[in-house]
Amino acid sequence: MYAQMVKSTGKGLVARKDMLPEDRAFQDRIDAGEKIEPKDYMPDGYRRNLIRQIGQHAHSEIVGQLPEGNWITRAPTLERKANLLAKVQDEAGHGLYLYCAAETLGVSRDEMTEMLLDGRMKYSSIFNYPTLTWADMGAVGWLVDGAAIMNQVPLQRTSYGPYARAMVRICKEESFHQRQGFHIMMAMVNGTADQKRMAQDALNRFWYPALMMFGPSDKDSVHSAQSMAWRIKMNTNDELRQKFVDETAPQVEYLGLTIPDDDLQWNEDTGHYDFTEPDWAEFFEVISGNGPCNVDRLNARKKAWDDGAWVREAMVVHAEKKAARKQAAE
Amino acid sequence: MSAKEWPLWEVFIRGQHGMSHRHVGSLHAVDAEHAIKNARDVYTRRNEGVSIWVVEAAHIAASAPSEKGPMYDPARDKVYRHPTFYDIPDDAGKM
Ligand SMILES: [Fe+2]
Ligand SMILES: [Fe+2]
Ligand SMILES: [Fe+2]
Repeated sequence: MYAQMVKSTGKGLVARKDMLPEDRAFQDRIDAGEKIEPKDYMPDGYRRNLIRQIGQHAHSEIVGQLPEGNWITRAPTLERKANLLAKVQDEAGHGLYLYCAAETLGVSRDEMTEMLLDGRMKYSSIFNYPTLTWADMGAVGWLVDGAAIMNQVPLQRTSYGPYARAMVRICKEESFHQRQGFHIMMAMVNGTADQKRMAQDALNRFWYPALMMFGPSDKDSVHSAQSMAWRIKMNTNDELRQKFVDETAPQVEYLGLTIPDDDLQWNEDTGHYDFTEPDWAEFFEVISGNGPCNVDRLNARKKAWDDGAWVREAMVVHAEKKAARKQAAE
Repeated sequence: MSAKEWPLWEVFIRGQHGMSHRHVGSLHAVDAEHAIKNARDVYTRRNEGVSIWVVEAAHIAASAPSEKGPMYDPARDKVYRHPTFYDIPDDAGKM
């Protein structure tokens, strides 16, 4: 997902009998559905995993503004521009809520930004694909935010209090994102033949990258068990991917478009759609830095960080000056 | 590393007239004025509030989780602090 490949720093799932007494008490709290708060005891691995996961999620919200920001000045109408602007502004807020949640674990926002810029921290692979046409704004809102919602809704019940609360806020805002995307798609498929073709083309390009958002197949996600025991991961990758396909396939049909998968079909026996898994080799390439836009995205983040440095510093100096002046007057 | 990180502020918002301010989250800002401006942009984009309080996080004192027992347990067995503890016959009228 937005945190689709969180490399655990621990050794995998620890059996109850091998736990330290304080870790056993901690696990009991989680099993009882209690929320863990910043100053509570937590095992080191829990803290480190959460920093990685929340950090990765936060970076995804921020980097995720870039592919859509690309189209704000090119939106076809003033209304669409206002919608998109509001959506992208929300994503900045989401990044902020999540950075703050991570900060309660003892890492600073600047540190996290630096870890993103020097490659120690990652962001979702989905944002390394280019947005080539206006229809991509439809596909991104509908599919990418749709997939994000599917992952974020259960995370509202995650064990770490600040993370769960950030998720509640985010989910509340997120549903308009998906709907504005679908709305764009509806306009495109009901437009000219060219516009409908653009909509199909956007779906073709974003379908598999959207499926990749849920992370590698369960048989390859080695770190899931511990994260699920800690309730910082609520469902397996494959569960959520299946749910996404099941919900999205009828929407595609409604739009009169075709999912680019010849083997996609409803399976009476399982009660789910059968579908083709994404190309995992491509996924691992993109997540490790070799996607179509990885370099551009990181350069854009780096430029914003560097170009903003003097502003951040000047704000501090100005505030100090103001405070000193105020004190002198008292 | 940039020279100095902006301090962390906690944000409280009054949702409707008459309700208490409620903690909604935090943000970074150089001073109170800046924190209120940022809080407006981040936490009231959908009409969530009519009033904002900001407090620098470093100025908040909190009870320690380790003191949970001695702090809150004494209140547990004092059921007589609740109206339902007192049985009043219906004959006594509305109370
Ligand atoms: Fe978001
Ligand atoms: Fe998002
Ligand atoms: Fe979103």
